[in-house]
Amino acid sequence: MLRIDCPWCGVRNEDEFSYGGDATVERPTDYASQDDWYHYVYTRQNPAGPHREYWHHVNGCRAWLVVERDTVTHEIFSTAPASPNLPDPDGRTR
Amino acid sequence: MGQQFRTSSSGQIDRGRILSFTFDGKPYQGYEGDTLASALLANGVRLVGRSFKYHRPRGIQTAGSEEPNAIVELRTGPRKEPNTRATTIELFDGLVANSQNRWPSLSFDIMSINNLFSPLLSAGFYYKTFMWPPSFWTNVYEHVIRRAAGLGKASTEPDPDFYEQCHEHCDVLVVGAGPAGLSAALAAARAEARVILVDEHPRLGGSLNDENYSINGKAGSEWVDEIHAQLEEMDNVRVFTRTTLFGYYDHNVVAAIEKVSDHMPVPHQGHPRQRMWTFYPGRVVIATGATERPLVFGNNDMPGVMLASAARAYVNRYGVKPGRRAVIATNNNDAYRTAIDLHHAGINITAVVDSRIQPDAALVEELESLSIRLLTGSTVGSAEGHQQVSYVQIVTTQGDTLDPERIDCDLVACSGGWNPNVHLHSQSGAKPVYDDSILSFVPGKSRQSEVSVGAANGSFSLQDCLAQGVSAGTQAARQTGFKSRKMAVARADNEGDYAIEALWISPTPYNKNYKQFVDQQNDVKASDVVLASQEGFDSVELLKRYTTQGMATDQGKTSNVNALALLACQRGEPLPEVGITTFRPPYVPVAMGVFAGHTVGYDFMPVRRTAIHDWNTKQGAVFIEAGLWLRARYYPQQPGDTMNDCYIRETEATRNNVAIVDVTSLGKIDIQGPDAAEFLNRLYINNWLKLPVGKVRYGAMLREDGMVFDDGTTSRLEENHFFMTTTTANAASVLAHMEQYHQIEWPELDVVFCSVTEQWTGIAVAGPNSRKLLEQVIDIDISNEAFPFMSVGECMMNNIPARLFRISFSGELAYEINVPADYGEQAWLELLEADEELEVSVYGTEALGTMRIEKGHVAGSELDGRTTAQDLGLEGMANRAKHFIGKHNSERPLLVGEGRLQVVGLKSLEPERNLRIGAHLVDPSVKLETVSQSQGHVTATTYSPQLGCGIALGLLRDGASRHGEQIEAVFPLDDETLKVEVCHPVFIDPEGELVRA
Amino acid sequence: MHYSGFSLLKQALTGNRGWTRAWRNLEPRKRYDVVIIGGGGHGLATAYYLAKLHGITDVAVVEKGYIGGGNTGRNTTIVRSNYMLNPNAQFYEHSMKLWEGLSQDLNYNVMFSQRGVLNLIHNDAQRDAFARRGNALRLNGIDAVMHDLDGVRKLMPHLDFSKNTRFPVQGGLAQPRGGTARHDAVAWGYARAADRLGVEIFQKCEVTGIKRKGDQVISVETTRGPIEAGQVGVAVAGNSSRLFDMVGMKLPIESHVLQAFVTEGIKPLVNTVCTFGAGHFYISQSDKGGLVFGGDIDGWNTYAQRGNLPTFNHVVAGGVTMMPCLARLRVLRQWGGVMDMSMDGTPIIGKTPIDNLYLNGGWCYGGFKATPASGWVFAHTIANDKPHALNAEFTLERFREGNIIDEKGVGASPKSH
Repeated sequence: MLRIDCPWCGVRNEDEFSYGGDATVERPTDYASQDDWYHYVYTRQNPAGPHREYWHHVNGCRAWLVVERDTVTHEIFSTAPASPNLPDPDGRTR
Repeated sequence: MGQQFRTSSSGQIDRGRILSFTFDGKPYQGYEGDTLASALLANGVRLVGRSFKYHRPRGIQTAGSEEPNAIVELRTGPRKEPNTRATTIELFDGLVANSQNRWPSLSFDIMSINNLFSPLLSAGFYYKTFMWPPSFWTNVYEHVIRRAAGLGKASTEPDPDFYEQCHEHCDVLVVGAGPAGLSAALAAARAEARVILVDEHPRLGGSLNDENYSINGKAGSEWVDEIHAQLEEMDNVRVFTRTTLFGYYDHNVVAAIEKVSDHMPVPHQGHPRQRMWTFYPGRVVIATGATERPLVFGNNDMPGVMLASAARAYVNRYGVKPGRRAVIATNNNDAYRTAIDLHHAGINITAVVDSRIQPDAALVEELESLSIRLLTGSTVGSAEGHQQVSYVQIVTTQGDTLDPERIDCDLVACSGGWNPNVHLHSQSGAKPVYDDSILSFVPGKSRQSEVSVGAANGSFSLQDCLAQGVSAGTQAARQTGFKSRKMAVARADNEGDYAIEALWISPTPYNKNYKQFVDQQNDVKASDVVLASQEGFDSVELLKRYTTQGMATDQGKTSNVNALALLACQRGEPLPEVGITTFRPPYVPVAMGVFAGHTVGYDFMPVRRTAIHDWNTKQGAVFIEAGLWLRARYYPQQPGDTMNDCYIRETEATRNNVAIVDVTSLGKIDIQGPDAAEFLNRLYINNWLKLPVGKVRYGAMLREDGMVFDDGTTSRLEENHFFMTTTTANAASVLAHMEQYHQIEWPELDVVFCSVTEQWTGIAVAGPNSRKLLEQVIDIDISNEAFPFMSVGECMMNNIPARLFRISFSGELAYEINVPADYGEQAWLELLEADEELEVSVYGTEALGTMRIEKGHVAGSELDGRTTAQDLGLEGMANRAKHFIGKHNSERPLLVGEGRLQVVGLKSLEPERNLRIGAHLVDPSVKLETVSQSQGHVTATTYSPQLGCGIALGLLRDGASRHGEQIEAVFPLDDETLKVEVCHPVFIDPEGELVRA
Repeated sequence: MHYSGFSLLKQALTGNRGWTRAWRNLEPRKRYDVVIIGGGGHGLATAYYLAKLHGITDVAVVEKGYIGGGNTGRNTTIVRSNYMLNPNAQFYEHSMKLWEGLSQDLNYNVMFSQRGVLNLIHNDAQRDAFARRGNALRLNGIDAVMHDLDGVRKLMPHLDFSKNTRFPVQGGLAQPRGGTARHDAVAWGYARAADRLGVEIFQKCEVTGIKRKGDQVISVETTRGPIEAGQVGVAVAGNSSRLFDMVGMKLPIESHVLQAFVTEGIKPLVNTVCTFGAGHFYISQSDKGGLVFGGDIDGWNTYAQRGNLPTFNHVVAGGVTMMPCLARLRVLRQWGGVMDMSMDGTPIIGKTPIDNLYLNGGWCYGGFKATPASGWVFAHTIANDKPHALNAEFTLERFREGNIIDEKGVGASPKSH
């Protein structure tokens, strides 16, 4: 059972979240090449080890999070909001 | 009859509470505190089962959950539980158990003929034969094998009991309430940590219940009671009995099963049968003890052969003599206690057979003082008897097998050593390591927050168990943030060394071929291990898979290490080189009901109902599922009305007059902020920046891979306030998609939004008289001039605040009115009753579908995730000069070239015959290179009252340029072919005059 | 040695001492014409067909653990070819035909049991989707039968057929030729048959690097030393990304865990393979008697061959909802396999931008049933340096070009396939 530390909601079970995939892929600019768009949508590093990835607290506060997690041990190293513009999580309940 | 094998006094049973039970239909009696196994032994029942493959007679081998042989069908009818270990069944009054996997009876089992053919049935024999003729495998060989295999019979009726799932947090979780676990729990609890202690038995104490130990000068069981009482008094401690921790998962989450009601005939009213606990501990102390392993000798599976520790448990805990004349066989000191305890219980110990040349002097002396015969450097070569042991043949471990001594006995209590229960440690992701001093595996480096103590850690001395428990409990409290307090370690009064010497397999008498079982339940013999190795299946994993060793319901608890050792002997390598397989959850087999919990049946997935649902139900509407929603499909008016009667009537009523339909299930998203228009402009393929306030627009959005994701209308209510609708199916995923882009890609956009699907009831009002109807109830000017097609406005509908949209899915003059959900039914009724002359009627999704097909609107069955905007005829909307999600990938060469499936209309060319959804489109005049001649398929069909024929939408290869072609819609599942004409998907009013009227 | 009832009898009479190794235990040589990385069913089948059909016998199969120890030995053993889209349908049907003669071809009983596969239908939308699929199958020459309620009742008598239920059964789409096979035996059978044709199999031989010279692979580095290769085929589904990382390539693949479960053995209760339409749940019964079942992937990248609780609970809840008498049967084991989840749910078998390096991966849920055809077309692709018609569309380039083969229509979302 993954336990994900949502910056707003505290540590919650994985079934409150929905996985959003590799967070290291960057959406190309609107003027980027077809090749860049192909890689953005389709290819992944898919590492065995530390992995930056998105999680959506879909059955919670609905924030998208960036989680650093090991894909072999499943250990989570950090959790942070994906957006810089969401309300400050300070004062969260734990 | 009656319990002739009881001891005179010992045990934790309540001899005052007599319980009646039956086994194979025969009545017996036992006592409160018995297991089924102990009660059967008390009654002299030795033969309780038949083995898996050879159908050999089997008895009771252990006193715990590791039991390989004594498995029975417990209870009858819908509560029947096959394969239940007699050693873990708490006896209750009225218990019914039956033996299994035998025919016609347990004592005479025809299939035991397999025993004679065992050389043919060696490991993996089935891979080498049954190949000809090929068709015989499924129909003949497998048919026979399946019926011979399997164990008990399952009930085919629904389980009448229910199950619960609970969650609990704590600082320290202690698994196992033996001497180590009790000490750990008390130490952690005294430091004020929140402690949970779980144990699979009804009574705490673990091995202390089975042994004659004394602690601090008191009987072990008294010490247990004291500690238990202290724990019960502390409100930071929860004790769970009858609770087995079965799984160690990621992030230090563990799961347990609590057997709430299994010790009674039926659960108390309102109580679950079993409960699954998910625990979230800061730290786990594993004090799960150790499991004894049997010796591997000839016929070591025979009833009467038992683990030495089990024989002690039956005497000490249950007051049962497992036999009258016992031989004790061992390779370590531990089994001597069996000899001594059994002797004191009045069992005649005919010999202790020790494979070691020089046993412990003190023990030798003790046996001498009790006049028990000791044979050293010897072991049991074989057990002999008919369906149970009547004598053993003793061989020397040096290999003198030609002159075995015969010793009469009815019980062989054997010990091949002890295996620490490292299962949970291994499940946690750690790797157990081999410890040569105990000839077994002990916990290795921890990977999660856990520590093993006591026998589970390979420490078999009672004093070590007590000390390690205190130390681990104290440390665990400290590690979870509590100030530890010093706690004295209890004193174990009797101690001794373990002193094991390896004996992995016995020489056989006269070097004859004997069946020497390694895995008793799966009938895996030592010779099977040899054969597997000889054939190259010589890694632990291949061995396990080839021989099936360790794959039975006992999960190899008593057989794994013996099998590894024998494999190591075969390979001529030290045991640690051979390795160990990974232990997988669950530690003991767990009922599926426990994992399912209450989320079964109607609670498996919720049902969503609209505010109109009750009214619809009262009208006798027939419903259809749309995702989780229930929508009214059609409204029968009189008995015998078919769906066709209804939707044709409802369609005609709409097209000729006015009718209303509940469209609440569409997703609704409220979007606000200065950048709302820009946000929409990026989400949708079409333009949104210049949409005037008070106007609605149809939009389509793509996934980033260029396929159409969803469509719907979005309205501009105010300059910075939009209202989006989505398809019913995609409501949730569109919202998540918007959140993803807003939070991750475009955080600079000043926009907020949330789902308001449940907040609004949506009612579409359609038909030429819809304006006339609405004028009766709406307080704003809705004339065509004031409120033209694609307008939106806020208004009052009678006394209900509402939003009115002039949009049309049917192709008629139509509106959609949204009211707060609480007013949904009221609004619905007021619309129906607004104008008596108009005879407003209702329609369901079937008529809705008919009209959308006639109008050529694409919907879910065309937006199947494989279609592009171009395929769906929506490309004209797209503004490729701007940027939108999916733009780039929708321009990939094979998505814009020829050969794509494109939306078309289809007309039946045969009167009275309609097209069918799922039919494929075939052009008999063209031969494709592929095997399948399919050029597309039918996505939505109806009979069109307007056109008087069957029509459909479909996806057809290059369909946009094929209007007018005559092809076939084929339905090979039913051998049907229908001639159809390809046409434009808009069947009626292509100019859209009606909607603008 | 040849396996038969006769050899079994002969050996039984001589104490079973004459059985020889199923495959040889050798030391790797310096060079092979073809090195196959991955000793699972796919890699071993590839080696077998290279030797048998293409005369290429100088082949090494290198396996990091033991043969068949990956997904070959971790799946729920279902074999079917009921795919809707043409490229999949034709490929899996070729596999089905190979399955139908596999035991005899390999002289190894893989226990291919054509007990049928039944997909339950619970609502009209499903009926429509299955009608489309069933008709597509028939047009592809594949067996498919649409059953009404009575038909389903005959095949699966113990489902919840009550009317007042959350997901009433309406019918089902069946493929009678589908069924199950003994997964381990497939790996062992191919290994033994390939070995008899001269293929060399190396276990505990993990590839640690791939050496290139320009656009060519020249050798693979292994824990048992470097091995030079004329051509290299990679069949390591679950770990394809890790292998291709060695040549600096990113693949359209994510690794996810798929769990499987088995109950204690019981007498026959489930006589076909059945899938629940309302939740993701499929079940069959092994010849030993255990009910083997599974559901969806856990849904996030992982290389750990173990599953977690939420999916476990959900899968079982689906099962008990479908078949309420399951509740009292006990789960014996829970395990997981690491899947190559491709970006459209369809495998990738073919050439790569590196001339003599070939990829066989992206199997998602489909790997086991594909084993024979996968090896067959991969061998063809390696032997001819170009794909067979059956795998012509399973290219890496299809994502770039837009020839997406997406059975579920969920797009580039590996967790959703």
